[in-house]
Amino acid sequence: MTTPVLDALDALESEAIHIFREVAGEFDRPVILFSGGKDSTLLVHLAVKAFAPAPVPFPLLHVDTGHNYAEVIEFRDRIVAEKGLRLEVAHVQDWIDDGRLTERPDGTRNPLQTVPLLDTIVEKRHDAVFGGGRRDEERARAKERIMSLRDGFGRWDPRSQRPELWNLYNGRHAPGEHVRVFPISNWTELDVWRYIQRERIELPSIYYSHRREVFRRDGMWLAEGPWGGPRGTEVLEERTVRYRTVGDGSCTGAVESTATTLDEIIAEVTASRLTERGATRADDRLSEAAMEDRKREGYF
Amino acid sequence: MKTQSTARPCKQVALLRFATAGSVDDGKSTLVGRLLYDTKSVLADQIEAVQRASVDRGLATPDLSLLVDGLRAEREQGITIDVAYRYFSTPTREFVLADTPGHVQYTRNTVTGASTAELAVLLVDARHGVVEQTRRHAAVLALLRVPRLVLCINKIDLVGYDEAVLTAIGKDFAELARSLGFESVVTIPVSALVGDNVVERSAHTPWYDGPTLLGHLESVPVTPPEADAPFRMPVQYVIREHASDYRGYAGQVASGTVRPGDEVVVLPGGTRTTVTGVDTADGPLEQAGAGRSVTIRLADDIDIARGDVLAAAGTPPRVTNELDATLCWLSDKALRPGARLLLKHGARTTQVIVGVLGDRLDTDTVSWADAPEQLAINDIARVSLRTADPLPVDDYADIRATGSFLLIDPPTGNTLAAGLVGTPLTLAG
Ligand SMILES: Nc1nc2c(ncn2[C@@H]2O[C@H](COP(=O)(O)OP(=O)(O)O)[C@@H](O)[C@H]2O)c(=O)[nH]1
Repeated sequence: MTTPVLDALDALESEAIHIFREVAGEFDRPVILFSGGKDSTLLVHLAVKAFAPAPVPFPLLHVDTGHNYAEVIEFRDRIVAEKGLRLEVAHVQDWIDDGRLTERPDGTRNPLQTVPLLDTIVEKRHDAVFGGGRRDEERARAKERIMSLRDGFGRWDPRSQRPELWNLYNGRHAPGEHVRVFPISNWTELDVWRYIQRERIELPSIYYSHRREVFRRDGMWLAEGPWGGPRGTEVLEERTVRYRTVGDGSCTGAVESTATTLDEIIAEVTASRLTERGATRADDRLSEAAMEDRKREGYF
Repeated sequence: MKTQSTARPCKQVALLRFATAGSVDDGKSTLVGRLLYDTKSVLADQIEAVQRASVDRGLATPDLSLLVDGLRAEREQGITIDVAYRYFSTPTREFVLADTPGHVQYTRNTVTGASTAELAVLLVDARHGVVEQTRRHAAVLALLRVPRLVLCINKIDLVGYDEAVLTAIGKDFAELARSLGFESVVTIPVSALVGDNVVERSAHTPWYDGPTLLGHLESVPVTPPEADAPFRMPVQYVIREHASDYRGYAGQVASGTVRPGDEVVVLPGGTRTTVTGVDTADGPLEQAGAGRSVTIRLADDIDIARGDVLAAAGTPPRVTNELDATLCWLSDKALRPGARLLLKHGARTTQVIVGVLGDRLDTDTVSWADAPEQLAINDIARVSLRTADPLPVDDYADIRATGSFLLIDPPTGNTLAAGLVGTPLTLAG
């Protein structure tokens, strides 16, 4: 009588689909944060599966730092067109131009994404915002909820988090508040890669090994770009690299790698010596509490 | 540059969700750290950080509890912590561990962690054996109907690896577990600090012939008891696609199995119809079991909306406005009879009026005590409820998914209580 036990990836997929459908059923104006990175590409893939054969009933939002890789923007726009989705873009540059934001001395724009994100949420009256956060990314996220309430300022109050029981999600919120939703909370980095392989999900080419002109800064390989560099004694050299996350070019480092296929990436991740964020995001290295602080500010 | 690898079916790996519980200082952080460390689930930068911190504290060996001590720091800052989730895997299984801190809010924390667990690991200190806190934790795990229980007797290095100690504690605990209705308990003597019987079999316990903790976690069946229960599925969303005239009812199978041709009843309405398709984005399935998200097509054009429940026509849940239930009260705001709240059951939220309060579970003595006048945080008690809409419910003891609900505070939207239909805890003598 009994059906076979669900495979781990099927169980995780079913959980994520359940969460997408709950939000579609209970919220008026959800939006999916989509950067073209692997976790948000996975989110979009799952959203498409949750509502097939009907279209995804909500738009995507990219908070664009302007510090991009051309391959990623090309990929982003192509996926949106191919899947018949709607994309909103909030350009950090617009906020800098009209004085609502000031460029940081170090040129890094990741922390500048918070204000455009919150302004857009308010302007478009989004009440649920899907993000690709995973609890295994770092210790500070281990107790993050799947649905997390944010106040009118987008802030996360760690003292009043709702307990999450069974698969009953409580998304109630007052006008002006919104809920951040993390459907892939329970996925590990390896799950993500194995699923990308199983489902043949296309990713931007920069996730695969390629030759690129890079320079060394703060233990990372950074690419030349509008964000500045190389400076001083930093020299450009061609290396065989790939990216493990897609973020602001000023602080997202490439890793030296010859992995050109998903099998090779999975082998690399399995043998990995560094957590994804620790290896490649300079702004996560600023302080141990960096993530917690930014979460309180409304950043993911 | 290739962006796709050759198609190769992935190896089937099952997922086990489990929870840990234990009193403060029994060694739970060390045990969890040990599981992560010995399964090589900790990455180099994390281990280096722990080694540095251990040296700073003048320790000779790395203190593995630091791998998970996020909770402790947060406790000091007064941050709400009920559960922290940890992830590790072996070649045959993936694990999601709900790690619940064992301090004051233990009821709230244990209830939350246990609600998604298919197995619980309960820890005792070999020097102290079964203590009051062990009874409380076991009672909450029994109430939440966690299907499988493992007792880890920790710190056996501090009792000279004495078999008699294990036997005595194991016997005490087996009696407790039986009185709470657990069918079987696995007892494992471990030292989280040294690593005995956690992942590696210990040379210090030649008299122990059972599995290591990880060995047990890897081999225990992961099938939930609901797999063999009658079919239930709350409808979350109606999927319509006009071009192809598609109409399907989306949801996650809560229990049992559904196949094309099955006769189902739509509740609370009561209309019967036949399943014509069990769809996924990857195509139709021959059958779908508990836990699977699917979209179901039906033979007849019936008015079905979010919140309705599809159920096996021959063995449906009961439909009622009157619930006898057990509440685990999770909020600082007290509950008094007559309160008007919201209740979320499956995909439906309805208004509810709280009737009389019944017996309270005294977790110190693990027995039912007289009805209280109000419920305070961490109280567990029976209650009668009247809902505005009729609900299709099962006893929690029979089907967890259709026997569970939340109580929600209308003005703040906060979750006030975990609710269980019926009285899932039967205390034997
Ligand atoms: N001797 C010995 N000490 C242990 C063992 N497990 C934990 N401890 C120690 O017991 C204390 C409490 O452990 P910890 O893991 O922090 O307990 P928790 O409060 O349950 O998380 C620490 O000093 C640990 O080093 C063990 O198996 N043997």
